[in-house]
Formats: sequence, structure tokens, C-alpha cells
Amino acid sequence: MTTSAPVLPKLVGERVKRREDPRLIQGRGTYVDDIKLTGMRHLVFKRSDIAHGKITSIDISAAEQMDGVEAVYTGADIAKVLAPMPIGTPFPSPPHHAVAVDVVRYAGEPVALVVASDRYLAKDAADAIVVTYDPLPVVIDPELAMEGKPGVIHKDFPNNLAVALVPSGTGVAPDFSKIDNTAVDEAFANAEVTISQRMVNHRLVPNAMEPRGVVAHWEPGKDTMTIWSSTQNPHILKTMIAAMNGIGQHQVRAIAPEVGGGFGAKINIYAEEYVCSVVSKKLGMPIKWIEDRTEAFVATTHGRDIIGYVDLAARKDGKVLGLKMRLIADIGAYNMLLTAAIPTLTMLMANGTYDIPAIRTTLTEVFTNKTPTDAYRGAGRPEATYFVERAMDMLARELNIDPAELRRRNFIKPNQFPYQTQMGAVYDSGDYEKALDAALKAANWKGLVAERDKARQEGRLVGLGLAFYVEVCGLGPSSSLPTGGWEHGQVTVERDGRITATTGASPHGQGNETTFAQMLADQFSVPIEHITILHGDTGVVKQGIGTFGSRSQAVAGTALHLAGGKVKKKMAQFAAAMLEASEDDIVFENGTIGVKGAPAKAKPFAAIAGYAYVPVPLPAGMEPGLSDEAFFEPANNTYPFGCHISMLEIDRETGEPKLLKMVAVDDAGNLINPLIVEGQIHGGLAQGIGQAMIEEAVYNEDGQLMTGSFMDYAMPRASDFPRFELSATVTPTPCNPLGAKGVGEAGTLGSTPCIVSAAVDALSEFGVKHIDMMLRPEKLWRIINGKGGRA
Amino acid sequence: MLPISITVNGKVRKAHVEPRMLLVHFLREHLNLTGTHVGCDTSQCGACTVLIDGRSAKACTIFAVQADGSTVTTIEGLAPEGQLHPVQQGFWDEHGLQCGYCTPGMIMSAVNLLQDNPSPDEKQIRDGIGGNFCRCTGYQHIVNAIQSAAKHGGGKAVR
Repeated sequence: MTTSAPVLPKLVGERVKRREDPRLIQGRGTYVDDIKLTGMRHLVFKRSDIAHGKITSIDISAAEQMDGVEAVYTGADIAKVLAPMPIGTPFPSPPHHAVAVDVVRYAGEPVALVVASDRYLAKDAADAIVVTYDPLPVVIDPELAMEGKPGVIHKDFPNNLAVALVPSGTGVAPDFSKIDNTAVDEAFANAEVTISQRMVNHRLVPNAMEPRGVVAHWEPGKDTMTIWSSTQNPHILKTMIAAMNGIGQHQVRAIAPEVGGGFGAKINIYAEEYVCSVVSKKLGMPIKWIEDRTEAFVATTHGRDIIGYVDLAARKDGKVLGLKMRLIADIGAYNMLLTAAIPTLTMLMANGTYDIPAIRTTLTEVFTNKTPTDAYRGAGRPEATYFVERAMDMLARELNIDPAELRRRNFIKPNQFPYQTQMGAVYDSGDYEKALDAALKAANWKGLVAERDKARQEGRLVGLGLAFYVEVCGLGPSSSLPTGGWEHGQVTVERDGRITATTGASPHGQGNETTFAQMLADQFSVPIEHITILHGDTGVVKQGIGTFGSRSQAVAGTALHLAGGKVKKKMAQFAAAMLEASEDDIVFENGTIGVKGAPAKAKPFAAIAGYAYVPVPLPAGMEPGLSDEAFFEPANNTYPFGCHISMLEIDRETGEPKLLKMVAVDDAGNLINPLIVEGQIHGGLAQGIGQAMIEEAVYNEDGQLMTGSFMDYAMPRASDFPRFELSATVTPTPCNPLGAKGVGEAGTLGSTPCIVSAAVDALSEFGVKHIDMMLRPEKLWRIINGKGGRA
Repeated sequence: MLPISITVNGKVRKAHVEPRMLLVHFLREHLNLTGTHVGCDTSQCGACTVLIDGRSAKACTIFAVQADGSTVTTIEGLAPEGQLHPVQQGFWDEHGLQCGYCTPGMIMSAVNLLQDNPSPDEKQIRDGIGGNFCRCTGYQHIVNAIQSAAKHGGGKAVR
């Protein structure tokens, strides 16, 4: 046959418009709150309004008597059908009941719940529950908490130490059996200059725009549990729901429908998911719980909250000889799924992009009477980047060396990759000077310096900041994740030649339906419109882990690519039989399958697909059909990197900072869809800038979250940002055949240190060396006016 | 229960509702128009933005009974079936959304913005969507989307 069809463009690497969007821009997406089931009841929690106390009484009688109330349960009732919640890290953990029993440990902890026919009614009934408490000392300051002051939160954890001192770095054996400080001590003894600074990477509220929500449906008779949840990882949810309900995984179907953002805070498997499942099982009816925003502020995990004591030892020429980083993580009241692991990533990435001969880090994790922390976009790596980059900036300032030049003198060099760090990581690939040079060029650094100096002559407070980052992405392998560090993909060429593919990476805004289809369209040389990517439903997607740690493209994308390769090979074998040619000569081209050098023999793609399902004759040794799967586990993580540059002006009269310029050069390896990549970087930058400039979770001494609603917590608005200026360098990873590293979190890494460094630069005339985030105008005004607001 | 009559997306809808029922819940629960989202409970986020008598309003900040007799347009009714409003098209063309949760409200606010000012500059756009939060995009592609919509007649009146 002759091909008059248009030549299909290669799609990988192109700015393809998203295939998810038509439904979402028309309001046709289905989020959890959009799901209604026959007979569904609404569940509302009664939550503790104090941070720490013994429950002395719970009076549910008024609530129980209200019309339309199906059931009211206390923590003791739930504890009869639900064991304390498990965690996903190997650290010891105190019992954590989904609904508090006897003691509450943070404001917002569930103490009882109501099931009613209508949500308004359920809230009325929850309000009618009367709980009395005997207050206990409220533990807020993590550094006091470490001394057991003013009290102890969990009886088996003296001094509130969730994780007592864990050392890492030079001279530490992997099992901590040996700690040799000689090299680190020598580095500091031989230093010509040292930097020493306490820094706080403060607590944030993730605030995905869709609050969490659950619908759980136990079907008696079928004995199956279907659970819809606003989660990043339905397969992990399935595993946990089965275990906690005492049923098999074959009885559970977990569905993440449209998910309105996650940012790490929807990785954890939450009390509300377990409770809805056991209550549905107990009552035999579908149960729905939808989180209010004000509830989300205390009920959904927070992020960051790590104090770093950072010391650098260096020569006068800027060469860094040693690094010490003592980390104290305030993890809140309980361990959640990954809580304890997040600050270990700060340790892992402590040295950033630098070749530092001697490093000592230590980590202590501390319980306080606050909402628990867990992953939040970047999850431990932004903290590491912030600490090391701020220290490097302080060193540059101390030595009066250009901040870019100082970094250049300490970078790990391209010929050192793969680079084994002293923290236990093996950086896969990198060319840091290339990204630095690209950033200096993109920002016109020299021009910015001149602009800044001119502004200063006019009396304006203008500063420049530069920061470099490397992050660990593309998680696994399985040794690095308790869930397993692989991903699963299945590709089916249907009878009509259309392609259905499933992925275990369950997206919530990342655009996998588009990027994965781009890959498969190129692989099979078919139109992208002929491909559907299915995800988020364990009844459809056989296996999977989930979407976090910037792993979708690198790990799940590769799994699909490999599954596609298997199906393509089989399809080529059918084509070879049909076209009486050698399999090696089969070519997939423009929606046809043909023979190299004989274009007239080509058959439509759909014709070969049809033959595979009605194979008369069936080629010897072959099974009918075109469907195959792949599990892909990478041998190593990927380590994307980049350079962020910012320019900031502070109003001399009011202390108000204004971000004038934000330049980001990111190297995420090969890019499948640069449009989507830019969107990811923009979003990350916005969250990093938000942290640096306006966002902060503030607790008072009573353990009340003072920034507990959108009225009080400064969510960034469009007018808070300048236009971001992005560019990229490309250093592919050898860890997967796509060469893609991952990009979802990158924007949060470089942005915070570069903005704070710009603020320090702007205020350099006042002798300030460091300012803790966020850059509250009052704090800056006090520095300007010499009122002791430094650091 | 109080009787109400509201014209929603061109159809007259009559119902009896509790006086305390929010308009957004009336739209979502009674009419199954779930494109209008709820992102907060303090009227900051704008995910619930609809047009009431042609002007953008947060449907979580008004009781259904207060909307009695008015005309409401939700995201589902912004364009005739099978067509996209220029603002919707702009969001698609310029990657103006990621998770999509804030998107319907953001689009309705942008529609109102362009009706008032068919050719806004970037600052006017950023200020104009100040009542709508997006956590995914960093807003830059949303700004691009609204600029694109402005170029393609996004300021035209809607029903």
C-alpha cells in the first residue's frame, strides 16, 4: 500500500498540549467530593481543640439523639476495630490511634466522630459532642523538648526523642558501629576561616487546593472494600487498608480519581482513610468524609521544620575543607508513614554539589505537640540545600569572593561522576559548571551586579542571591523505599490498533496522561489520539507504587517504555509472519507496519493488531494477543541539579521585600514535554518563594496553630511573583533508558537560599550575616532600624 | 425550608432548601454541577467562583436563598455544549492548569476580568485574579492563558 497519510511528528521533546485538560477546564473532572453512592452516609470528626491533655469525659448523648444521626463513635469504640496505625520507616514509634484514646497530643487530633445522613447534620451532631480535658504541659520548642521540657509526650520516648542522635558522614560505618571524627576535627583545626550559623527551615502547610477526602464502600456479601481517596498512591492505600481491616489485598480496590494536588502531603495513609473503611465495614454502608480547609490545616501533615547548626571550615582561597551539620527536626506529635525518613534526606544531601573532604552530620528528631510532619515538595532536600547554600553564601561574603566563583572552586567535577558522596549517595551524572555558566548568562549576572550597585547609589536596598542545588529523585531502588522502589506499566494494543496503557504512577497534576502517551506514540509510530493512559485505580492498574519523589517519568515512564518494547516486539513478529519478512526488517512508521526497503508491502497498524487477535494461521510458537507488562526498578536514584538566581529589593521605610527577578536553570536530564516541565518548575519556585517570603505555620505557646486558615496563612497570589525566567541544561542520567531525571520538586530547592542570600545582600550595609525565613517586613525593618531583629 | 428559583446555565431551577444552605452546595449537591469546587471555608481561595447575574462571585459566601431570582452561570454552562469559551481555550493552549481543582473558579474570575477589561496588562491580570489561589502553576501559565484569551475575544459577554 502507498502511504498518503501525513507523516507523524516525533512527540518526545515537544510542547504537546495536555490531554487531561478538556475535561478539567469544563468542570467535568471527578474528584472525591463529586462521588455519590446510593445509601451513602457522611462522616464528620470531632477534633481536639487543645494541644495536649487527658480526655476526662466524652458526652455523645445529645449527638446520638439527633434525627438523621446513624452512629457516634469515640476513640475507644474505634480502637476495638482498628489497631494503632503503622508507619513506613524502620524507626521505633509510639502507638498512634486513628481516633485518640485517653490522651490528645495536638490540636486537631480526632477524638470522636459522627455518621449522619447529611453533612450539615453530621457537623451539627459533632458540635453537640462535649469533651472535657485535663490539660498537660504543652511541648512546643523542639530544643527544649529534647531536654524533656516542659513535659514528655510519649511515655516510652524520654526527652521526646523520636530519633535520638544519628550520625552520618566521614568515618561513620554504615551501621553506626564506628564513628571516627579525626578527619572532621583536622579539617576545622586546619581551617583559615570558619562559618558557624544556626538556621531554621521553618514549618509549612502544604495546602493542595483540593482538601483530602474519602469514600469507603464495604459491600457485604461480596466482601469487598472499594475506597476512593484523594491520595498520591492508591496501591499503597490498598495494601494498608487490607492489612488494617484484616482482609486480603484481593478484596480491596483503591481509587484515586481526579486528585487536586498533593505536594507530598497525600502520600501518607491517614487516620481518616482507615476510619472510613472500618466504619463502612461496621455499618455496611458507603461512608464519605470530606476535609474542610480549616480542618486540613491541622489534620493534614505539615512540611519542613528543621533547625540546622551549620559549620564550614575553609581556606582563604575558598576551598571548603570540612562541613558540620547538626540537624534537629520537629516532627510534631506522631510518626506518620514517612515522617522519620524525611530529615534523613537532609543528611543524605548535606554536601550539595560540593566535593568536601570531611563531613559530619547528626540528626535528632523530636516530638512536639503539633500536627505531624511528613513529605512536602522536596521533602528533606530543600532543607539540605538551604543549609549548605546559605553557609556557602556566608563564606563567599566572609572571603569577599564572588558567590558563583566560590561554588566553582568547590564543585564536584564532571569527570568525578558517578560520584560516591560521604553521605552514602552515588550521584549519577552532573555538569555543574555548565548549569552555573548558563544561569549567569541567562540572568546577565554582571549586568545585575551593575544594576544593583547603581540602585544602591540611589539609596535603594537591592540584593542579589545565587544558589545551586542537587536533589535525589527517581526513587527507588527497593532498598531505598519501604514500599518497594519500582514502578509498573502495562501496554495493550487493542484489536482495532488503539493502545491502552496503565501506569502505577497515579498523577495529581503532573500530566502523565500526556507525557506517557507522547512516548508510546513515538515508540509505535501511531497518532497520540489513539492512546489512552489509565491510572489511579487498583482495579485497572495491576500494580504500582505511586507518584512522589519526582519519580513518575524516570521510573514509571521507563516501566511503560519497557512494556511497550515487549508488545512492539511481539507485534513485529506477527507482522513478519503476515508480511512474510524477517522480524529484523519490520519497521513501524506513520501508523503502518512494513518491511524495510519495501514500502508497498506496509499494512495499517490496525490490520496487524487485528491479525494478532484472530491469528489464522497462528505463527508457530506464538500466543495470540498484544498485551504485556514491565516492572522497572532503577539501579540508582537520579540526581538532577540546577542554579537559581534572584534579585530582591527591600523598602527602606517599611522593610517590605519585593522579588524583582527569578532566574532558574534546571538540569533534569532529557525532557519529554518541556511545556509540562516548565509548569512543574514554576509551581516549585512558587512554593519555594512562598516559604522564603510569606508562608509560615506559626504555633503559640498553647500549641494552637495561629496561621490555621487562609485568612491567616499567607498563600501566595499571582501578584506575589515576577515572571520567572527559565532555561535548561541537559545531562541525561544513565539510570534509565529515557535519560530523564525528574523535575517535580526542583523549584523548591534553589529558591529559598537564593532569596535569603539576596535579602542579606540587600541589607549588607547593616552588617547582617544571616536572616531566618520567612522575610517578614517587621523582621527586615528591625534590621534596618537596628532594633535587634537579626537572625 | 424555603422555596427558591434560580436560573442556572439557562434553565430555571426550583427547589426547597434550608436557609443555611450555601449556594455552592445547592449547585453541587442538588443540581450535581460538581465543576464548581470548594477549596476553603473562609472565602479566600476562589475555587467556587461562579457568575451571578453576569458578575463573578464566590458561591461559598452566599446562601442559596440569597441567589433566589438570580441568574447563575457555572463552568459547565460557560460555553455551549461541545464548544470552549476563549478563556477555557486559553487555559488549554497555555498549560494554565495542572491538578485542575482551582481551574473552574479561576476561569470564571478570568471571564469577569476580561469582561471589565478586554485587554489587561500583566499587572492587571495578576491583580485581577487576586481572589483565586492556585498551588500548582505559580500562576505564570495562568497569566499567559488569560493573555491568550484576551487576544481571542475572551472579553465577550456570556449568557
